[in-house]
Amino acid sequence: MNQSALAENPSLAAPGATPGLRGVVADWSADKQAFAAPWGKAMMWIFLLSDTFVFTCFLTSYMNVRISTTEPWPNASEVFALAVGGAHIPLLLIAIMTFVLITSSGTMAMAVNFGYRRDRKRTARLLFATAALGLTFVGMQAFEWTKLIVEEGVRPWGNPMGAAQFGSTFFMITGFHGLHVSAGVVYLIVVAMRVLSGFYDRKGAYETVEVAGLYWHFVDLVWVFIFAFFYLW
Amino acid sequence: MDRAVGDSYPEQHAQAHAGGQQHPIRIYLWIWGLLFVFSTLSYMVDYYQLQGVLRWTLIIVFMLAKATFIVAVFMHMAWERLALKLVILGPPLALLVLIALMAIEGDYTFLTRVASFVS
Repeated sequence: MNQSALAENPSLAAPGATPGLRGVVADWSADKQAFAAPWGKAMMWIFLLSDTFVFTCFLTSYMNVRISTTEPWPNASEVFALAVGGAHIPLLLIAIMTFVLITSSGTMAMAVNFGYRRDRKRTARLLFATAALGLTFVGMQAFEWTKLIVEEGVRPWGNPMGAAQFGSTFFMITGFHGLHVSAGVVYLIVVAMRVLSGFYDRKGAYETVEVAGLYWHFVDLVWVFIFAFFYLW
Repeated sequence: MDRAVGDSYPEQHAQAHAGGQQHPIRIYLWIWGLLFVFSTLSYMVDYYQLQGVLRWTLIIVFMLAKATFIVAVFMHMAWERLALKLVILGPPLALLVLIALMAIEGDYTFLTRVASFVS
């Protein structure tokens, strides 16, 4: 709302003065700012807050069915073990996936830093590296799913190793997380191309890189909890 | 407010606001390294098959440490203003109530199942 609108209609300046829907619009669009942050960043945080609730609901329902089942819960350490050169290494693939995601979080943090330094080439390179690591993660997850479905016979409604809920919660939680990673890869590639084209230089702001970074770090954050509760517990 | 905070130059609002987050690379490299260390440690918990309370304590401690590092430094929460911190970090506390309720509910369901179906 600008000065002329206020001059035409002074009642808009006082919240509550305008009744009905028009008043709602007036209140929400009034010249007030709660957060001393770019709007994109504040909105991304609000979105991530809502996503926190979504993932916590998934993990909580996983906890609930795992507590309440009378069947033995499959041992994740064995289910996700890999045989490398005859040696049986527990959780190997998951450990590698964890390190891949952490590495991508590091390159992302660097990209944000170089973005604020106006180093276009390095920012774009780091963003592409982050996206590539994200793709690697999704690829390994596809491998993990294939192995689980084809070789171990895990289905959302049952599996040969124990509690039927193992499959449903596993596919739901890791699937939703993988979807976030995939969306993040697309997001990062778009931002990286805009960095390269000088879009943010013309705009005069590199916050978009930081906002994309917030999303990417959140994906890593969720994995920290999935790793702890689903794979290690 | 036509010219939003995001449109100003970073030199300006690095001082005026917490909008532009500019910190020494050293901090990020440190946190990056720590994340690797803690991930390795939590993997070791499984590798050496620690069991019982020790296992759960270590898993939770390493998990919370990693989560704190990511949110505080990588997501710059440590440098944000208190207004934003409260809005983002406050509401998830309500989830603790949900988790507690569902844990109690899960126990109850388990006991009911044992009593009814398992002979």
